[in-house]
Amino acid sequence: MSATFLGMPPFPEAAKRAVEDSRTRHNLHKATHTIRAKRTRVVDELGDDWQRLRAEGERIKTHTLRHLDHYLERLEESVQRAGGTVHWASDAAEANAIITRLIRRTGETEVVKVKSMATQEIELNNALEAAGITAYETDLAELIVQLGEDLPSHILVPAIHLGRAQIREIFLQRMGEWGRPAPPDLTDDPHALAEASRVHLRELFLRSKVAVSGANFAVADSGTLLVLESEGNGRMCLTLPETLISVVGIEKIVPTWSDLEVFMQLLPRSSTGERMNPYTSTWTGVTPGDGPQDFHLVLLDNGRTDVLADTVGRQALRCIRCSACLNICPVYERVGGHAYGSVYPGPIGAILTPQLQGMASKVDEALPYASSLCGACYEVCPVAIDIPEVLVHLREKVAESKGHVSEKALMAGAEAVFGSATALDAVQRAAGLARGVVPRHLPGPAGKWTDTRDLPDVPARSFRQWWNEREDGR
Amino acid sequence: MTNGSRERVLARVRAALADVPADEPVERRPSERPYAESHDAGPTLDVLVERLVDYNALVRRVAPDRVADEVAAALERCGARRILVPAGLPEEWLSRTSVERVVDSPEDPRDVAELDSADGVVTACTVAVAETGTIVLDGGPDQGRRALSLVPDHHLCVVRADQVVDSVPQAVRRLDPLRPLTWVSGPSATVDIEMIRVAGVHGPRTLEVVLLDPDA
Repeated sequence: MSATFLGMPPFPEAAKRAVEDSRTRHNLHKATHTIRAKRTRVVDELGDDWQRLRAEGERIKTHTLRHLDHYLERLEESVQRAGGTVHWASDAAEANAIITRLIRRTGETEVVKVKSMATQEIELNNALEAAGITAYETDLAELIVQLGEDLPSHILVPAIHLGRAQIREIFLQRMGEWGRPAPPDLTDDPHALAEASRVHLRELFLRSKVAVSGANFAVADSGTLLVLESEGNGRMCLTLPETLISVVGIEKIVPTWSDLEVFMQLLPRSSTGERMNPYTSTWTGVTPGDGPQDFHLVLLDNGRTDVLADTVGRQALRCIRCSACLNICPVYERVGGHAYGSVYPGPIGAILTPQLQGMASKVDEALPYASSLCGACYEVCPVAIDIPEVLVHLREKVAESKGHVSEKALMAGAEAVFGSATALDAVQRAAGLARGVVPRHLPGPAGKWTDTRDLPDVPARSFRQWWNEREDGR
Repeated sequence: MTNGSRERVLARVRAALADVPADEPVERRPSERPYAESHDAGPTLDVLVERLVDYNALVRRVAPDRVADEVAAALERCGARRILVPAGLPEEWLSRTSVERVVDSPEDPRDVAELDSADGVVTACTVAVAETGTIVLDGGPDQGRRALSLVPDHHLCVVRADQVVDSVPQAVRRLDPLRPLTWVSGPSATVDIEMIRVAGVHGPRTLEVVLLDPDA
């Protein structure tokens, strides 16, 4: 696996730089707080049922992972029965080679892409470029990142670190190099910017013969793949081309169609904070006379089996990429996605990336320390991944490994983030909100300590909160 | 290469799961469904209308015998001159309009340029979900190929009361996974710029629903 951002310093150093960038902090603060509020509203709307759905989502994913070989073979059989072709890739290089070969066979030199974390992870666009194939990102945020030669900083909204004025500049300067230029009188009104992307991509959608996508879910018993999206670029890519290649991590499987009763409630509400995202496309192999008649599914391992082998860490594979943990995280809010140096930023990235990549680099071994362990990420996770538990587990692994950077150096990230009173306040508030879910017992070697002691309660209000309220009340 | 990879990945998965007892059941019992059937949001059709409107869809709730008049009026309002029609759309729905029709079917498909030059499309649906304000198309003869409800800028969808369910679980149970499905909740939208919701990107910028309610 190769998708660490090249030249990116380890988290403590990158975090220090990021918190000093006031414009990025402003953009991030605004965006994460907006989406948090939306999520809370639509989650509360389901009342007590939310926790039942969450528990069921966790059960389904845990069960699937414990029998993953069985469900992979079943998915393969179902997709083939429906007229699709299944390919297996044990790493990024194999996946890229398979996809390049499939595109070359069509004779095309350009492909349209649906936003996909898996193809980011394997750095498909670079591999295709080296093979003389141009990959066009069609999700608005991915388009902004591609045009700006930037890096994604959020799972759902990769351009979350950019404000409207910056996006306008990118469109004006770069759109013409990729296709239809932006109108010279383009304003920074989000409606105008969205319209510019519509016009820019329209002709491309209508002429493209090959599309590459990921999938949010792959249903083993029916062979159905799903893509949840908002803009309609996904529908364009999944419907109009002749050939469709879908790159799907092996952990994306759910056993049965009826499992979607749960996930189609959990994902939209956790992710965009909507009752339902504007568009969901489902397809099962090939449908004669409707959509691509040549369909390929590439099943991707690329380190996932290493994560699966760790009985504590494997819960990270339950992740449905909603990004609720990023939006709630006091650390993410301050440093942004780039500081994590990986396509998977935020709390989930801090446990997923080092496990996928094996903590071989200084960037990776710093990631388990990119957290205050406040527990808010666990509380909002729709499949109940205990991110703090895995972080502590990974810190133990780093500490056990030879020649690791001292813990003091790694914790320097925390100092950079929380070196101000307002920052500390926010974290303590978040911890207070999360206190119902803080474990009573620490995992791993630290567990020896809590065997005979209860962890102290996280107070409902921090001293600072109490003090401020007391002041306000006067 | 791929064959070797298949065996390699499966072997790695099995090795990773060495801790899972061999006799742990692979199938889950279907009765294990502890979550709610629906969420008591109110009378089904009222909720559907409210939530469609909430996500910027236009909604007309009319008696079934008014369908032709409503379709004609809607097409006139948006100034459509040329519309796409799936081959199986009930003839009666278009009996009061004189706009030009371009009929499409999987057997006799229009090319993309023709789809793109149409002002709008009229389809039925297969299921609608009240709680989420969602309509689902399954490519049946009265809904057509997926491209039909995607390329034109205006989508007019006729929903019958008996197609509306309360919740997502009820909808999933009615749907056939082997058909290509499109779940639509409002017109296309994006939140990619500062998390501000902008309606109308690549899909139809207008979604209009004519809900046929026998009690209207």
